[in-house]
Amino acid sequence: MRSFYGTDLPNPLMLGTAQYPSPAILADAFKRSGAGVATVSLRRESGGARAGQDFWSLIKDLGVVVLPNTAGCHSVKEAVTTAHMAREVFGTPWIKLEVIGEEDTLQPDVFGLVEAARILSDDGFQVFPYTTEDLVVAGKLLDAGCEVLMPWGAPIGSGKGLNNVFGLRAMRAHFPDIPLVIDAGLGLPSHACQAMELGYDAVLLNTAVAKAGDPAAMAEAFARGLEAGLLARSADPMEPRDMAAPSTPVIGKAFLS
Amino acid sequence: MKFMLNGRPQESAYHKLSDILTEAGFDGAVVATALNGVFIPVGARETTELSAGDALEVLAPMQGG
Repeated sequence: MRSFYGTDLPNPLMLGTAQYPSPAILADAFKRSGAGVATVSLRRESGGARAGQDFWSLIKDLGVVVLPNTAGCHSVKEAVTTAHMAREVFGTPWIKLEVIGEEDTLQPDVFGLVEAARILSDDGFQVFPYTTEDLVVAGKLLDAGCEVLMPWGAPIGSGKGLNNVFGLRAMRAHFPDIPLVIDAGLGLPSHACQAMELGYDAVLLNTAVAKAGDPAAMAEAFARGLEAGLLARSADPMEPRDMAAPSTPVIGKAFLS
Repeated sequence: MKFMLNGRPQESAYHKLSDILTEAGFDGAVVATALNGVFIPVGARETTELSAGDALEVLAPMQGG
C-alpha cells in the first residue's frame, strides 16, 4: 500500500460521510468496510442547534484519518479560505481541494485548482487535488507542490464508473511513483476493483455507499472489490488479445469427424 | 451594531469577535470564523473587532464527500 504524505492507510478506501440515512448507519459503513479515511466538510453552524458538534464527535469516535474538503467552492479565494478554516477545525494539514468550474458536471476548474494548490502547498498544506485525467494539469499540480493526484472517475454522484479508462491508464503510466486516487463517479464495487486493476492506489467515494439500499453492506462490498482488484494487480494480469486462443490443449484430441 | 451572521441579520452590543461568539452560543464549540471573507484564526478572536455591516461566517464540521 502506498503512503499518502507519509501516512499509511489500512486499505485503499476513502469514504465520504454525507447522505447516510442515519449517523448509526454511517458508523456501521466505516466499521464494515474498514475505510481508513473519512472525508468531511465545513458548513454554517447555529449557536443553538450545534449540529456540527455532534457530527464531529461521531467522526472522532470512528478513529479514522480525516480528510476535509473544499466542496462547493468555485473560486481560488473561497477554496483557500475554506482550507484555512478546515485546518484549524480539524487539526490536519490534509485538504481535499475542490475548485468547481462547471455546474452540470461539477468538473474542476483546473486553472483555479492549480493556483489554489500552489498557494496552499506553499502554506504547508498537504493537498489532495480533485482533478481530471489531463496529464498537463497533473504535471502542473505536481509542480505546485501536490504529492497526490485525485482524478475523477466520472462526474460526482453519477455512479458511472471509470469514464475514460484510456486516460486513467495513461495517467498511471505517466506518473508511476505518484499516489493516485480515483475520486468521484464510482457506483459499483466493480468500478473500484477496476481502478485497482489499473494500478491506482485508492478510491474516494460517497454516494455509491450512502445511497445504496443497505449502505453498510455496500461499503463492505466496495472493500472486497478493492481487495480483489489489488490482488489481481499484484498477480500480473494476462495481456488481452484480439483473436481467440484455445485454453484446452489441442494435442491429444481424438479424431472423431 | 447590525451585522450578518451566517447570512442572517444579527444585532449585538458587542464589537469584539470573541464576545459576539459567546453571545451567539458558540462557547466551547469547535468552529472556525471568517470575517468579510477573510479567515480569522482562534488566536485573533480577542483582538478582532466587528463593524456595522460586516459579514461573519461561523463554520463547523459537517458531512462531506
